[in-house]
Amino acid sequence: MKVRVQATMAEVPDASMAEPVKRFRLHDQLDIYRQNPNPKPGHSSKGGISMKSRGKWFAGAALGAFGCLLLAAPAARAQNSTSSPALEQAAANPDNWAIPALNYGSTRYSTLNQITTDNASQIEPAWTFSTGVLRGHEGQPLVIGNVMYLVTPFPNTVFALDLSNDGRIMWQYTPTQNPDVIPVMCCDTVNRGVAYGDGKIVLHQADNTVVALDAQTGKVDWSTPLASYKDGATGTGAPLVIGNKVFVGVSGGEFGVQGFLAALDMSDGHILWKAYSEGPDSQILFDPQTTMSLGKPVGADSSLKTWKGDEWKIGGGDTWGWLSYDPKLNLLYYGSGNPSTWNPNQRPGDNKWSMTIFARDPDTGMAKWVYQMTPHDQWDYDGVNEMILADLTINGQQVPALVHFDRNGLAYVLNRATGALLAVNKYDPAVNWTTGVDMNPSSPNYGRPTVVAQYAPGSHGVNVNYTGICPAALGSKDEQPASYDPQTGLFYVPTNHVCMDYEPYPVAYTAGQPYVGATLSMYPGPGGYMGRFIAFDPVTGKTAWQIDDQFSDWGGALTTAGGVVFYGTLKGYFRAVDAKTGKILYSFKTPSGIIGNVMTYMHDGKQYVAVLSGVGGWAGIGLAAGLTDPHAGLGAVGGYAALKDYTTLGGQLTVFALPGS
Amino acid sequence: MKGYSRIALATIALAVAGATATFAAGPGDPKPVKETGGMWFDKDGAPTYNIAKDGTVDWGTFVGYLRYNSICLDCHGPDGSGSSYAPDLTQALQQLSYSQFIADVAGGIKSVNTAQDLVMPSFATNKNVMCFISEIYSYLRARSTGALGRGRPAKNAPDPKGFDEASYKCLGIPM
Repeated sequence: MKVRVQATMAEVPDASMAEPVKRFRLHDQLDIYRQNPNPKPGHSSKGGISMKSRGKWFAGAALGAFGCLLLAAPAARAQNSTSSPALEQAAANPDNWAIPALNYGSTRYSTLNQITTDNASQIEPAWTFSTGVLRGHEGQPLVIGNVMYLVTPFPNTVFALDLSNDGRIMWQYTPTQNPDVIPVMCCDTVNRGVAYGDGKIVLHQADNTVVALDAQTGKVDWSTPLASYKDGATGTGAPLVIGNKVFVGVSGGEFGVQGFLAALDMSDGHILWKAYSEGPDSQILFDPQTTMSLGKPVGADSSLKTWKGDEWKIGGGDTWGWLSYDPKLNLLYYGSGNPSTWNPNQRPGDNKWSMTIFARDPDTGMAKWVYQMTPHDQWDYDGVNEMILADLTINGQQVPALVHFDRNGLAYVLNRATGALLAVNKYDPAVNWTTGVDMNPSSPNYGRPTVVAQYAPGSHGVNVNYTGICPAALGSKDEQPASYDPQTGLFYVPTNHVCMDYEPYPVAYTAGQPYVGATLSMYPGPGGYMGRFIAFDPVTGKTAWQIDDQFSDWGGALTTAGGVVFYGTLKGYFRAVDAKTGKILYSFKTPSGIIGNVMTYMHDGKQYVAVLSGVGGWAGIGLAAGLTDPHAGLGAVGGYAALKDYTTLGGQLTVFALPGS
Repeated sequence: MKGYSRIALATIALAVAGATATFAAGPGDPKPVKETGGMWFDKDGAPTYNIAKDGTVDWGTFVGYLRYNSICLDCHGPDGSGSSYAPDLTQALQQLSYSQFIADVAGGIKSVNTAQDLVMPSFATNKNVMCFISEIYSYLRARSTGALGRGRPAKNAPDPKGFDEASYKCLGIPM
């Protein structure tokens, strides 16, 4: 079945705000606490509160705000931080949203089921919160117990909000960062969320400093600078906490930053290891014999051999996307981004290991397997999108799969234990730079995409305008995460349906300066629209249904056991959709365009669904004035309305729930 | 190459950027009066565009289109038309003389306050910008007066002899 639903302005429902429910029961404790946030005795040198004082303090607060932490955090301390049961315990409770992608498998599927296909049409805004920051709001809040944690774009203010008290601000933390970091962020000053573990909230600041805050006080526990923004390295991604470690990547592919993933010790923030995307085996943490690619050992110098001279040192492959983890296999998964520069003629070779899926041992950083999706990138198809870990049935067999919707427009299914390639399908029929991936294991081109020269900007040298390439550099999907619903077995994917002309030319490298090297012209894909929200089967390549949108769908999806999938649009509509049919059950226009990811939590026995609004990011580029199609007739040029006719800047959280207390 | 030195231009641009702009506001009359190496200049010696009646865009302005829509696009959006966090240059250029333009590009601009965090970096050390600063100005000037529409110019004057060599030399990369 294929239902095409063209969304229109007419979808705006009557938005009667629910009367705010006042709850005062925590006021006394909180006021006492705010006056004396570090009660003595027992304030530890690490910024935490001693068990003793915690006990006393929590005796009063256990009713509400920190109930969950009371149970969880001291347990972690008692084990001397060697593991993080606090996070595991918090993540195991379906009422919480304790990991940026909800779970280690990044499915963004919640078992909460109060909101169903039968009642989703009745949900309404329950409460809202302004972040006070104007620029693009990607990412999602966390909820642990009675506290919601969220981070804004630069200046990266972190808020802890009391869910028992209409989102009253329990603490906030605003780092001091040099504003010179702002223009080094290629695509707006976004931040995709904080992580939780060991009683701490971990923030990856724009200036590439990783900071751990005491989850109860917001006090800085430790702070570790990773790489200098003066060289173009910035922080935008959500960290991931596993055991006593936290993992963070780096942004800077448009500044020639040699990408890496770093593991930091949760107890004091010291760097345990850094694994680069390109360079000698000692830097990329590869073992020539045991690191595998498509079933074979990668061999020595697998990266160096694919670059001209020292180009790898400014070769990009940045790791600004999402992280996943399989506890059973003890493997950490993530992707690397585009090789620098955007002019492919300047960097001959496969440019390994840019555009690659990595499976690493989180304890040592050593790579178990790798797979390069787009060798010698010619389009800026970063490979950093989320790795969704799902157990799928393929040819009658249950497979531990990794599913990845890449910028290049292909949906990859791999065996996440071995890195074996199981299925590759286009998830937008407009994709034309490749005819597909060679799936024959005995072929010399096994696993490589077959590139269509007409749409490959490296094929005929520089100063040639390659036209009609689909998808555009934004990718068929960018960082906006998809969600996997085990009930339907389908993946729900917000996509960009945008094409481009691409004209490469030579560029010079200067540290800390943009290092791009191509002129791009982007325009709506076939059909004249730019967004498709799809229900997709990556094994068969079939699209069950799709909802078309005028602008890119740049908000992350949430699936729920209630059979409802949620996402937001660039115009600012928050939508609840029937996962089976694609029918829009509820729609509400939030104050600004949505590039954030929908999340859900349960509080006091009631399910809430929340999303950040705040247009910006790469999605905001070009949309201020609209995109034009240079290949449509004269009359059509400029005919695409601009996003600014629908929405404007402003960060806000909107939380929805069913009516009634 | 008719004595047209790309490196010299970049050097001049940097020198001008170092001085406080004291020229009158606004770009003045865009009428092209002199051509050097594919780049046109107005009566005051500022880079300008020269678009033929059949729509053929001069080489310098065309190169400006190419260079703008790579580096500058990341913030100022396609065709200079602005983004959610950087101004519309087709408007801004109506108020900027060439010397002011160079001062802003080379020196950067900061507007950081309680309402906004807008920062344009200094591009003084970026050869991809400074080697083509006159071309980028000429392109944006054409956009700001409405002489040039959005998108890639449909037709452009040919690549003048020696342009590639001069470009590579200025960029400091092998051909």
